Amino acid sequence: MAKTDKNTTPAGNSLGAKLMGMTDTNLLLTITVIVFFLMYIGAVVFLRGGFLKPQTFFLILNSNAALIILACGMSLVMITGGIDISVGGVTALVSMCCAVYLDYKDGNVFGAIMIALAIGLAFGVIQGLMVAYLDIQPFIVTLAGMFFAKGMTTVVNSSPFNVANEAFVALKTTRINVPGLGSVNKKGIYVPAYVEIGVLVAIVIVIVMFVLLRWTKMGRNFYAVGGNKQSALMLGINVKRTKFLSHLICGLLAGIGGFVYFLHVGSGSPSNAAGAEMDAIASSIIGGTMLTGGVGNVVGTFFGVLSLSTIQNIVSSIGFDEAWWTGITKAAMLCLFLLVQSVVMSVRKKRISAS
Amino acid sequence: MANSENVKTSSAGSWKNLLRNQCFIPIAALLLLAVFNLIVDPTFFRITFGYNSAGNPVLSGAIIDIINNGSELAILAIGMTLVTAASGGQDISVGAAIAIAGSVILRVLCGGNARPETLEAPIIVAFLVACVVAMLFGAFNGVLVAYFKIQPMIATLILYTAGRSIAAWINNNELPVISDPKFAYFGGFIPGIPIPTPFFIAVACMIVVGLALKFTNLRLYTQSVGINQSSARLNGLNPELIKVMTFVILGLCVAVAGLIKVSRVSSINYSVIAKDIEMDAILAVALGGNALSGGKFSMAASIIGAFVIQCLTTTLYKYGVPATALPAYKAVVVILLVIVSAPTVREYFSTLVKKMKLKGEVA
Repeated sequence: MAKTDKNTTPAGNSLGAKLMGMTDTNLLLTITVIVFFLMYIGAVVFLRGGFLKPQTFFLILNSNAALIILACGMSLVMITGGIDISVGGVTALVSMCCAVYLDYKDGNVFGAIMIALAIGLAFGVIQGLMVAYLDIQPFIVTLAGMFFAKGMTTVVNSSPFNVANEAFVALKTTRINVPGLGSVNKKGIYVPAYVEIGVLVAIVIVIVMFVLLRWTKMGRNFYAVGGNKQSALMLGINVKRTKFLSHLICGLLAGIGGFVYFLHVGSGSPSNAAGAEMDAIASSIIGGTMLTGGVGNVVGTFFGVLSLSTIQNIVSSIGFDEAWWTGITKAAMLCLFLLVQSVVMSVRKKRISAS
Repeated sequence: MANSENVKTSSAGSWKNLLRNQCFIPIAALLLLAVFNLIVDPTFFRITFGYNSAGNPVLSGAIIDIINNGSELAILAIGMTLVTAASGGQDISVGAAIAIAGSVILRVLCGGNARPETLEAPIIVAFLVACVVAMLFGAFNGVLVAYFKIQPMIATLILYTAGRSIAAWINNNELPVISDPKFAYFGGFIPGIPIPTPFFIAVACMIVVGLALKFTNLRLYTQSVGINQSSARLNGLNPELIKVMTFVILGLCVAVAGLIKVSRVSSINYSVIAKDIEMDAILAVALGGNALSGGKFSMAASIIGAFVIQCLTTTLYKYGVPATALPAYKAVVVILLVIVSAPTVREYFSTLVKKMKLKGEVA
């Protein structure tokens, strides 16, 4: 699939030729990473202010750790050629169940983590079975999953509340200082830069997923199934099991992401993670994952989440801080990346067919 | 009810025909819901005649609720079916687009004034402007899908994300209220007619689309583009243009639904109006047995599907399910329906039936 392009492009020394020699996955990843760094450096140079402090970057990470995890799962499913729009609903359900368990049932943190994993796994298994073995469109299955999760969230508890469990609050407020990147505030006191535990979890998951997708047989199967189901079948890949696994892992990651989200906000609410599924899809696309399947990379997804959040910060810091600009900016960003993808792909296709 | 009795007495041949008919699943679901309501609480079917606060004669009851509130959904299902058939994907921005269309209508009617004493423009002008705007947004989606070859769900994700923000921006985030009673006719009752107006609007849309399907090549063109785009092109069609056209038609449906939605409350709430309606509209298409991957479609089945969903919603409300928990119940029903209608499950059962028949013959 993607890799075979390598041999068909003529060898050349120019940058253009080098770009054309990349696989689809790497090309889109490169674009995303370059755009992110241009944007961030541009913000540091022109806007200065908060962007000069490294902590701004860590704040973006802190508030998006859960989204990174969700988007990793989403990318995996999209690489396999499916989609999972239930992740936002699962996140809300997980945070509500954990909150109720911790506060009303006097549970411990370990139990809450188990609940989160169990809920995620249950959604993953059921949706995976229906998509892979019953051949129902993933969109419909996960749409129902989203409805179910959102509805169940209000059945579990309909009013939002903050969790007061001591062990949990201690975990929530744990800050991991990043050495050397702190800043001195107006009073002259050194404020260390910090990240939350969720960020570490997210980074571990990105690394694990990257290794899984790049260097394991199972990971390559995901690309093969997404690239061309028919030829994957002929190569002897168990297409159904691969699809099932992609949904299972995505569900599990939604469970973990749900707990990380819960750890960040520290409350259970039916309105938690509203629209997270769309943010996850948008981040995956900005990160270079294509919905047609077979192309994508979780490192790109990681930068996709950061880009989406950075542009929002930039827009609000240059004065467009009315609520509606958030939506419009996100959409414009998504639109831009979709067009870039579309144009790049059609140019490549023409070049390849010409040579 | 008479229908199901006929089914029981008919021969095996017509059984098969009936099962193969696309309308079977939605009609069966509708009958199932009707029977359920009949058993549990027959008052579901009671229609009462009364007068509303304005002194106009109105009919009320659960059935009236269904045909009233299901109207927007049915109108959207029409456009969604065409989009699904031609592009093999769904438009998830219809809810956001309704917010935009509604916002445009209020903006034109109020002219920037949040509490106008009189309307600044005739309602028809406001509606036409909303139509143009909604069709332009439809064309935007369509161009992304057809010419830039972006998957429909992803292309419309853009408008889904931005739509409600744009709607708020159009009216400067104010919530205009229209006091003119005439404006409320479209979402309520016209004096002297006891049947809710949205139903008439929905029926008018159905008639128009029915005539269009019968007397134009709309069905042929959309289906051929959906089934095989390359062979459609080789046969002299312009697949891109046809795809854009289906999105523009959906835009028109959105404008009509938007008019009904804002007329119901004579105002607008940008984050709540038509929330999750895109999901319901897609479900209506899926319930109608139309392949979500494009190709052949049955408009009637989609429209019945829309009313099935509304019937389900109304039934659940009637039994005291809170609005926030509604999606969970809906999801269970939807999952059961898609499992029953899944090709693999159907195949399994048809082979099961065949085996049983063989056994019977042997015996």
